[in-house]
Amino acid sequence: MTVYNLYIFDREGTCLYYHEWNRRNQSGICKTEEYKLMYGMLFSIKSFCSRMSPIDQKDGFMNLRTNKFKLHFYETPSGLKFVLNTDLSVGNIRDTLHQIYSSIYLEYVMKNPLCVQGDVIESELFQTKLDDFVRGLPIFATKLS
Amino acid sequence: MSRQTTRAVDPRKVSGELFTLTYGSLVAQLLKDYENDDEVNKQLDKMGYNIGVRLIEDFLARSNVGRCQDFRETADVIAKVGFKMYLGLTPVVANWSPAGDEFSLLIENNPLIDFVELPEGHSHLNFSNILCGALRGALEMVQMDVAVWFVQDQLKGDNLTELRLRFIKRLEDAVPAGED
Repeated sequence: MTVYNLYIFDREGTCLYYHEWNRRNQSGICKTEEYKLMYGMLFSIKSFCSRMSPIDQKDGFMNLRTNKFKLHFYETPSGLKFVLNTDLSVGNIRDTLHQIYSSIYLEYVMKNPLCVQGDVIESELFQTKLDDFVRGLPIFATKLS
Repeated sequence: MSRQTTRAVDPRKVSGELFTLTYGSLVAQLLKDYENDDEVNKQLDKMGYNIGVRLIEDFLARSNVGRCQDFRETADVIAKVGFKMYLGLTPVVANWSPAGDEFSLLIENNPLIDFVELPEGHSHLNFSNILCGALRGALEMVQMDVAVWFVQDQLKGDNLTELRLRFIKRLEDAVPAGED
C-alpha cells in the first residue's frame, strides 16, 4: 500500500495545500494548472454524480479508481475538499480523511489566527503534523525507496 | 484503518465565568473606544462573524453533522447541537414564519450577560450582538445567507432573549473558471 499525494481545496477552488510522498510520474504541466485541472474534474464529477445517480445519494462522490491508482475524495459541508491518491489496495479511508480535517487542518490551520482563510497554507507546524500523520498511517506502508 | 490521534483531556473546556467576564471586558472596552452603541454593535457583529467562519469548521469536525436539507433542520442543529456545544444551553426554536424561512431562538439564561447591568443611556446596545455575527458567519460557510438580529433582550427588561434568523438565499458553490 502506498500514499501518493494529497490535495486540499477550499470552496472557492483554491488549492490550499499540496504534498506528495511517492509520486513517480509528474503531470508535465505547471502545478497551478494541475490544481485547476484537478479541481475542475472534481467539480464535474460531483455534478455528474448528483445528476446521474438513479437513487438519492447521501455522501455523493467518494472515490474513483483507474487501473493504476485510486483517488479518495472527502468534502466537508463547508466545502473543503480533501483528495488523497493511493494505490489500488487501499479500501475506504473516509475516516482517515475526516481525521486529517478534524485533527490536523482544524487544529493547526483553523485555530491558528495567523492562517488567513482562503490563502495557501504555509504553516510549518501544519506541514509537519500532516506529514507525520500520513507517514504513520497503516496505508502508508511502502517499500522504502 | 483509522488511527486515534492523541488529544489532551479537553482543552476546550474552560470555566464559563472566565468566558463571560472576558466577553464583558471586551464589550466594555469597545464602549470606551467607540462611545456609540450602534458602532459597538457593528464591531461585535464583525468579530462574531470572524469567529463564526472559523467556529463552523470546529463544529463540523466535532459534531459530524452533515449538510442540512432544509431550514428547519438547520434550526434544530443550531439550537440542540451548536448552542449546547459552545454555550451549554439549548434555546427553544419558535415563532416560525408561515413560509418557513424565519424563526426565533428563545434563550432563557444567556450566559454572556450573567454579571451585566446595562447602564443608563445605552438603549441601543445589543450586548450579546456577537452571537448574531457568529451565527451569520458560520451559516455563510455552509452556503446559507441569513440575517440575524435581536428581538428581545433580557438586559432591556424582556423576559428572555430572542434572536431572529431569516433565510435570505442559498449561496452557490464556486464554479471553476471556464465552466458554465
